[in-house]
Amino acid sequence: MSDTFKLNIDGQDIEVPKHYTLMQACEEAGAEIPRFCYHERLSVAGNCRMCLVEWEGAPKPIASCAQTVGDMRPNRDGSAPNVRTKGDYVQKARNGVMEFLLINHPLDCPICDQGGECDLQDQAMAYGRGGSRYDENKRAVDDKYMGPLVKTIMTRCIQCTRCVRFIAEVAGVEEIGMISRGENAEITTYLEKSLTSELSGNVIDLCPVGALTSKPYAFNARPWELRKTASIDVMDAMGASIRVDAKGDGVMRILPETNEEVNEEWISDKSRFVWDGLARQRLDKPYVRVNGKLVPATWGEAFAAAKDALSVSSDKIGVVAGDLIEVEQAKAALDLFRSMGVQNTDCRPAGATYGTDGVRERYILNPTLMGVEEADALLLIGANPRAEASVWNARIRKSWLWGELKVGVIGEAADLTYDYDHLGTGGDALANVASSDFFKVLKDAKRPMVVVGEAALCRADGQAVLEAALKLAQDVGAVEDDWAGFGVLHNAAGRVGALDVGFVPGEGGKATGEILGGGMETLVLLGADEVDLSGIGSSKVIYVGSHGDAGASRADIILPCATYTEMDATYANTEGRVQMTTRAVQPKGEAREGWAIFRALSQVVGKTLPYDTADALRAGLRGPEGESTVFSGLGFAPGTSGVSALQAAPTGSAGALSADAFKPAIDDFYLTNPIARASKTMAECSALSTALDTPVAAE
Amino acid sequence: MLLDKDRIFTNLYGLHSPSLEAAKKRGAWHLTREMLAMGPDWICDQIKASGLRGRGGAGFPTGLKWTFMPKEVRERPHYLVVNGDESEPGTCKDREIMRHDPHLFIEGCMVASRAMRAHKCYVYLRGEYIAERHAMELAIKEAYEAKLIGQDNDNGWDFDIYVHHGAGAYICGEETALLESLEGKKGQPRMKPPFPANAGLYGCPTTVNNVESIAVAPTILRRGAEWFAGFGRPNNAGTKLFCISGHVNKPCNVEEEMSITFRELIETHCGGIRGGWDNLKAVIPGGSSVPMVPAEQIMDAYMDFDTLRDLKSGLGTAAVIVMDKDTDLIKAIARLAYFYKHESCGQCTPCREGTGWMWRVMERMVKGEAEHDEIDTLLDVTKQVEGHTICALGDAAAWPIQGLIRHFRPEIEARINEYRLPRAMVQGAVIAAE
Amino acid sequence: MALRRFDIEAGGDSFAFKPETEDKIAFWRAKYPADRQRSAVIPLLWLAQKDNNGWLSEPAMREVADRLEMPYIRVYEVATFYTMFRMQPVGKFHIQLCGTTPCMLRGSESLRDVCKKEIGPAMYVTDDKRLSWEEVECLGACVNAPMAQINDDYFEDLTADSFSKILSKLKNGADVQPGPQIDRINSGPEGGTTVLTEPHLFDGSRNEVSVLPNLPSAEPEADSEGSKALPKEDAPTNTKRETPEAKPGTKTTLLPKKGDED
Repeated sequence: MSDTFKLNIDGQDIEVPKHYTLMQACEEAGAEIPRFCYHERLSVAGNCRMCLVEWEGAPKPIASCAQTVGDMRPNRDGSAPNVRTKGDYVQKARNGVMEFLLINHPLDCPICDQGGECDLQDQAMAYGRGGSRYDENKRAVDDKYMGPLVKTIMTRCIQCTRCVRFIAEVAGVEEIGMISRGENAEITTYLEKSLTSELSGNVIDLCPVGALTSKPYAFNARPWELRKTASIDVMDAMGASIRVDAKGDGVMRILPETNEEVNEEWISDKSRFVWDGLARQRLDKPYVRVNGKLVPATWGEAFAAAKDALSVSSDKIGVVAGDLIEVEQAKAALDLFRSMGVQNTDCRPAGATYGTDGVRERYILNPTLMGVEEADALLLIGANPRAEASVWNARIRKSWLWGELKVGVIGEAADLTYDYDHLGTGGDALANVASSDFFKVLKDAKRPMVVVGEAALCRADGQAVLEAALKLAQDVGAVEDDWAGFGVLHNAAGRVGALDVGFVPGEGGKATGEILGGGMETLVLLGADEVDLSGIGSSKVIYVGSHGDAGASRADIILPCATYTEMDATYANTEGRVQMTTRAVQPKGEAREGWAIFRALSQVVGKTLPYDTADALRAGLRGPEGESTVFSGLGFAPGTSGVSALQAAPTGSAGALSADAFKPAIDDFYLTNPIARASKTMAECSALSTALDTPVAAE
Repeated sequence: MLLDKDRIFTNLYGLHSPSLEAAKKRGAWHLTREMLAMGPDWICDQIKASGLRGRGGAGFPTGLKWTFMPKEVRERPHYLVVNGDESEPGTCKDREIMRHDPHLFIEGCMVASRAMRAHKCYVYLRGEYIAERHAMELAIKEAYEAKLIGQDNDNGWDFDIYVHHGAGAYICGEETALLESLEGKKGQPRMKPPFPANAGLYGCPTTVNNVESIAVAPTILRRGAEWFAGFGRPNNAGTKLFCISGHVNKPCNVEEEMSITFRELIETHCGGIRGGWDNLKAVIPGGSSVPMVPAEQIMDAYMDFDTLRDLKSGLGTAAVIVMDKDTDLIKAIARLAYFYKHESCGQCTPCREGTGWMWRVMERMVKGEAEHDEIDTLLDVTKQVEGHTICALGDAAAWPIQGLIRHFRPEIEARINEYRLPRAMVQGAVIAAE
Repeated sequence: MALRRFDIEAGGDSFAFKPETEDKIAFWRAKYPADRQRSAVIPLLWLAQKDNNGWLSEPAMREVADRLEMPYIRVYEVATFYTMFRMQPVGKFHIQLCGTTPCMLRGSESLRDVCKKEIGPAMYVTDDKRLSWEEVECLGACVNAPMAQINDDYFEDLTADSFSKILSKLKNGADVQPGPQIDRINSGPEGGTTVLTEPHLFDGSRNEVSVLPNLPSAEPEADSEGSKALPKEDAPTNTKRETPEAKPGTKTTLLPKKGDED
């Protein structure tokens, strides 16, 4: 039997795979099919009835989204069935559906935030009648509380149930439903409780009308007055593709862009709603501490003070890079400090031991984010993807729900939205993994995957964890020539890029824990706010960063820096995929791009860096023409290309595994970085989720 | 008139006990083992040959439907689900079978299950049928105790039957909505394909049949396909339970031969039309979902699938709703429009929005508070609902109104005129409305 | 149907099934495969309603959800979808008055007036907590119209007069007799039936046949499939069988149906 099926669509012969829906086939044939309920990443509901087409011979029009081509029959004479997507019959059917959708839809487009980007508005232009024949009162529906992110105007709802399906299927929490029935059917959460999913904002994009809109963005702007800039998110180490919408100097909202390999078309609530943090608590001019107080200064004064602070013995200088550092800044800072003889440089959290052997494959997610859809077994060690890479977690769930994936977890037994085997919480479970049932699952899997969370590599036995995990991957056949099933899941956007430029301790240099452990005369913090500064004693602190957070409050000199929406900057995500953000708005006040600060400082300290532009810096990273480096290409993950590096037997010299429980990398999903901590929206989400987590409130 | 000797439902009125002992004396559970031993093909062939068409409304050939089940049982078990969600206004026949002749019905379930290679059967009763549910549970218990059903029963086909109930939703009479409901969800119809015979209850091959279709099967097998086929005109075979309600002198349920004329049916069993035959105005011959037929067309019509179809109506469930000349037909249909609005599941657009629209216009038309051209608008709206929905509820909501406009348009127009007469009108609008 | 919302206040904070209900819960749950326990949600909600004075409170709904390990929103959907789940308190005797066309044709509107007069507006509970009423859609007893369901029982062939009497009996705690309120037995015609009178229908004589007809061996012309479908000459029929008149142009393609493929 053939896997394809022949159709005649609008007079054009076409052959498509049998699993195609008629809608896909029509689109393949170049026809445009209107729809509201259908969404390619959700189950088919077939309820809006907008996608009706004519199948010659059928007694009634066919909902093309729900008709699988393979279920269709050829005509009596054996010829391909004729389908029409145009013409009076189809037009009349769609006109009718459109009229029904509009009779109870309010005429409040002028005050609707969806206005200008509304599917209903657009399709009403094509399929609506000139006037209304509906003389009765329109239905009014009470608005529903869904939390601080999603605003509802339920009278506008057309009951397409995309939000219901998204929350249940993709986000994996059954929190939205359609209650009651008939014309009284309403979309709501259970008793109007707040949504708890970290992906809830996606329902705003999915809603084809203005029923679910962004609460923080409400009434702030119209889509046509926004400048739209394609960029990359830095709220986690996935590097989701985003679109930054700006008006004037301000970022007004952030939306996901489709990137099949990274984020499909979702982003987390943190990525979406953090934008108010871009305008708050900003370091918009340099500061110097005078008599114990930070006072504004000119760049010249700040650089002079910095030069002064750096005029100490180079082994008394420590440089720590934070989670959001971009590659350009890391490279410029590293070049400068190495030229000054500073070896105490690190971009990793305190305690980390990985990433110094120069083998990139040992600190990136080799199987790739998309690879989990091919995988049939996944062991997570000390990683909580739901908190650390929420959108990827949805992908793991997808693979578990629709595919063959089985999941095992060593570490915290969190609610990951899918079932898993819990092998244990500590290193002992990893040490004994070969005797677990899940070992057999991994062993029998065609594409097994072993993923270690970064936090697990920052323990005293981090090296042992890494080696044990790698050995396990080798033992279960996860690292074969065509499958690199071993990887590290990071949660900081800047980490992999900084590791890639070698931002680790130099010859004889100290690592983060020691640098911050006291004994340094001068500390340089590159947006390092997630580190423990309590032990640094009286060190002079130069803080280079964008927000007035932990580092800035301890700083003696502040050099204000642009954020990811304010510059073209390079990041490598957890897969090792090198991507670039794009400047959407000007840097705040006098803030400068990070690399430029170090280029200027290098001149002040007399060690002028050899590049005058960011492009020149990046050209250096790319290396000479014809030579391939990590940075020579953009947008792709290395995947299996370096698998041979994973096949070498571990040395076995890493020491013993501790039975201590793996600790979660993230305490509060909403407050992981200085931008998020500056955001009112994130603070509200955090407060709400903390309240929900409190045992008293829960039961 | 059908003779007593040819009646299948001999305890229709509950004059006798529903117990196993009494049911056996009436012929139930006789030769069941032999029927089951003949296997699926023989049973399906017999049912096909009998000409039995589904009694739930659509009239699809029952034997043919049974053959749609996979010929082999693979990893997914087969299920028979019996639709006892009798909610079609005018219809109250399955109720009588379940409360007065449950054994005949259970036997039918077993025979049908054998025909579709199912070992499990769920009977879905509407939630309001509480007495009927208890009668069924009692009879099932008796049958288990007598080893007529269950594992290793005396009839030789492992068979479990369970009663399930709904909780007030007409839409659960739609077979896929019923399956959704049985799975513990809202009763929202599924899209087809896949058809239940392929993926039904719990994703397993399933056939959904009406109670009456199932309950007549054993008697057909016992007395022969040709006996059953002998009643009614060709293509409309068998005996049928009729539910005659409305303006007849003695409303009742009765088993009659298919293709009996309307006049004979009413005269024989219902004591005639209230006020005499001249007083007959219109009849809804097959439950609320079929369009009405005016008196002069229905009086001598055969009550069967084909005749009523040709009258642009249908036999449906054979629920005959009789309306005499005192009836406000517009109001009667407006009440049905309300019914469909109330029972729409809300899933798909045309039905969710259209049923409310149609009802509201109908309510105004009852008073005459409408424009003449709104009659055409209403008709157009019914056409926009019909054929555009996931399930047939949209069609069912549209047809009664279409039937009214088709046959009694002048009455609607007269009502509008009557309303407008005492009111001064400017360009169609009432001025100084009270 | 109106908006259906839990009466949160009246529902209180807790609900527990009565001890004697546990057996029933087990009975229902046993009907469904172990991995399909969600199927029991309607029966369990119904039992919860029974144990909660005839209405479903929010804690009662949650209890059912917890037992079946279902998300609350899914059970909430079910509870609001099915109209027999009442989400506000009702009287000791809750009357569901059928108002659909077959009952309307035979006077249900006068019964509605009786309810309004004797009880009050729909869903209002009388001060003595004994009575409440609502209008419902077709209850499937149309040949016994007009009718009403009071708690579990059907009261049929009502008149305004007989209905008021029933209501006042219920109010005063007197016994009432369900079923038809006129001279008829169940759905048989008023005044007694003329059919189903032959004694041999009920005495076992139908079981005298000892062999099934149409067994392959007993039927010589079994090879001809088509012949079986045709009625025999002496088929026991009483209706004159005529060839259907051809009525060109009146054919419709869709068969009316109640959404049921059967």
